[in-house]
Amino acid sequence: MRRGIAATALVAALGVTLAACGSGDGSNGGGSKSSGELSGTVTWWDTSSVGSEDKVFKKLAEDFTKKHPKVTVKYVNVPFGEAQNKFKNAAQSGNGAPDVIRSEVAWTPDFANLGYLAPLDGTAALKDDKDFLKQAAASTKYNGKTYGVPQVIDSMGIFYNKKIFKEAGVEAPKSIAELKTVAAKIKEKTGKTGLYLRGDDAYWFLSFLYGEGGDLVNADSKTVTVDNAAGVKAMATVKDLVTSGAAKTDATDGWNNMQTAFKEGKVAMMINGPWAVADTFAGKEFADKANLGIATVPAGSAGQGAPQGGHNLAVYAGSKNLDASYAFVEYMTSVEAQATAAKELSLLPTRESVYIKPDVASNEMIGFFKPVVDKAVERPWIPEAGSLFAPLQTEYTKVLTGQTTPEAGAKATGDAYRKLLKDWK
Amino acid sequence: MAVDTSSQSAVKAAGVDARGRHRGTGTSGGKVRRSLTTHWYAWAMVAPVTVVIAVIIGYPLVRGIYLSLTDANERNVARSIGVNQIPATYEFVGLDNYVDALTGSQFLGTLGWTLVWTVSCVSVTFALGLALANILNRKIAGRSVYRMLLILPWAVPGFVSVFAWRFLYNQDNGLLNKLLAGGGIDAVPWLNDPTWAKFSVIAVNVWLGVPFMMVALLGGLQSIPGELYEAAEMDGANAWQRFRHITLPGLRSVSTTVILLSTIWTFNMFPVIFLLTRGGPGEATQILVTQAYKFSFEISPRDFAQSSTWGVLILILLMAFAAVYRRVLRKQGEVW
Repeated sequence: MRRGIAATALVAALGVTLAACGSGDGSNGGGSKSSGELSGTVTWWDTSSVGSEDKVFKKLAEDFTKKHPKVTVKYVNVPFGEAQNKFKNAAQSGNGAPDVIRSEVAWTPDFANLGYLAPLDGTAALKDDKDFLKQAAASTKYNGKTYGVPQVIDSMGIFYNKKIFKEAGVEAPKSIAELKTVAAKIKEKTGKTGLYLRGDDAYWFLSFLYGEGGDLVNADSKTVTVDNAAGVKAMATVKDLVTSGAAKTDATDGWNNMQTAFKEGKVAMMINGPWAVADTFAGKEFADKANLGIATVPAGSAGQGAPQGGHNLAVYAGSKNLDASYAFVEYMTSVEAQATAAKELSLLPTRESVYIKPDVASNEMIGFFKPVVDKAVERPWIPEAGSLFAPLQTEYTKVLTGQTTPEAGAKATGDAYRKLLKDWK
Repeated sequence: MAVDTSSQSAVKAAGVDARGRHRGTGTSGGKVRRSLTTHWYAWAMVAPVTVVIAVIIGYPLVRGIYLSLTDANERNVARSIGVNQIPATYEFVGLDNYVDALTGSQFLGTLGWTLVWTVSCVSVTFALGLALANILNRKIAGRSVYRMLLILPWAVPGFVSVFAWRFLYNQDNGLLNKLLAGGGIDAVPWLNDPTWAKFSVIAVNVWLGVPFMMVALLGGLQSIPGELYEAAEMDGANAWQRFRHITLPGLRSVSTTVILLSTIWTFNMFPVIFLLTRGGPGEATQILVTQAYKFSFEISPRDFAQSSTWGVLILILLMAFAAVYRRVLRKQGEVW
């Protein structure tokens, strides 16, 4: 028992030391404008998935030195689930924070509000900002300033295994009612589970919430809406999917379990986004890429509603190498970089001009997701946007595991929001 | 480890204090000077430890208590990042945080499960440790091999074993469910069902805690003179009577200490819960320390005030427990 504590402390201490070293590297030399040449080290925290996306981004990032030979790029992959907290720890203490972070859309206003990010208006990072998709640029603004440059944009759809669908003789479901009959038929014909629904991440709940016409909050009227009738119905819907056996779920390791089950052909469908495409193709079931089908998320009583997500690149306000960091951000969000990510990973670009490139335009996954993103539901870009998931997550898991009712779960989430958002209804 | 240092420091602090008080009531200042000149080396030896403890334990403790009396969170504490200089704007709110914690359902609910977790872990660990120690205290073939194997969980770093368990528990791909499936039993949702998750975290903590109990109790057993057993046997005492009247009383001093230590450790056993379930599913396995961590590191904005409040309450609870426990022991004539 004691060893456990000591070991944990040791690991933590090592982590801190390493992080400190990282920042030390960043401090040598600054991008001096006078000489006209950038120099120093840019540390970049990437959050893309390891094994597929990270390889491409690492290569891209390291190629930055071809343009600026005196700048060393230090690529660090931080798991997405840990990055928000890790960055906050480092940013607040002023020790070990990267120069550039890949910030999820909801994190950006939160970090900016806390004073961790450098404003980018008028810097090298934001050259040619007219080219960005409007939805992608929305999350980068806070208090009239721009704190991020959109890197990728995404939304969600149903990924399905065409072979299993053929075996069961079913088509991709358009609504939740159809989803249930399709899942029942798959179970009957093939013995497999219909849908894998992540229970450990509330982001996977959003399409059900939007599908019932609900939302987390309404920023215009300053109202908390997660616990209204639509919110309760959405909770009841996901609960019913699990209890009726149409979907299986998980409260720990949801991402890995979902990907493994889908890649091995143990479940027929999952709800996922473009970021999962490269990893899914790595599975043996999808050695033939044509086996992966993709459809819009099932509609609820109010229609289809997929959430809009994505990632921005943001610069740490305390970076010792601001100029080199701005240049790095510009480079990583440039037309060429986005075209590479689109071609190799099927990730959606944030610049209009990338979509017309031939190899991007011909990519089937991007062709599918672009119209979905155009119609996707935007989240409220308030500073608290990044705070809304933790309470929802807890209650969502409680509902799925039968610890609370959909009504009580929705209400508890709403109460937590009202505590967080002072003076909201 | 922390427990060791703090108990030592407590002893030292008490010693210094006691002497200081004597000196205070004494009449001459010359005594102090003489004591300093003759015992300067002792003071010099103690000084670094005192300074280090004041810095690494005293300062955070005082700071934590102060924060628990404010409404500090991530948004209103001072920070300076590059060009952004943000001053502190949090305010002193008195005992509000304590009132909120003690009148709300969250603290009491979490405390309830923390107590269940502590009592079940300590009692099962103690029972298993005692049984294994008794077995290993006999002259059985391959005794040293068994001892080696049983100490293994302690030799592996805690977080490594917890991660290993997490793989074993995985509902779809874990070894445990694969074994059960071989026996024709349905997959058990080890970490995904609230009741099973509680069972699972307790099982891992017991697995981690048994070696310590076993070794401590084995040492205790070996200090009981063999003649007592021989005499009892001659008087016709059966095995149960010998265990009940010789072994248990003989182990008393060891077992009271390990139970106290183990209770404190288990009450604050952060890594097992955090790495295995993160307090989930929902909040089913959240104990007080993991919840305090959640307030200060996982939610946004981070609530430093509430986190410190919970920390102080944990400290008060454990101090009260230790005080009561020692008093009970003293009443029973135990010198500890």
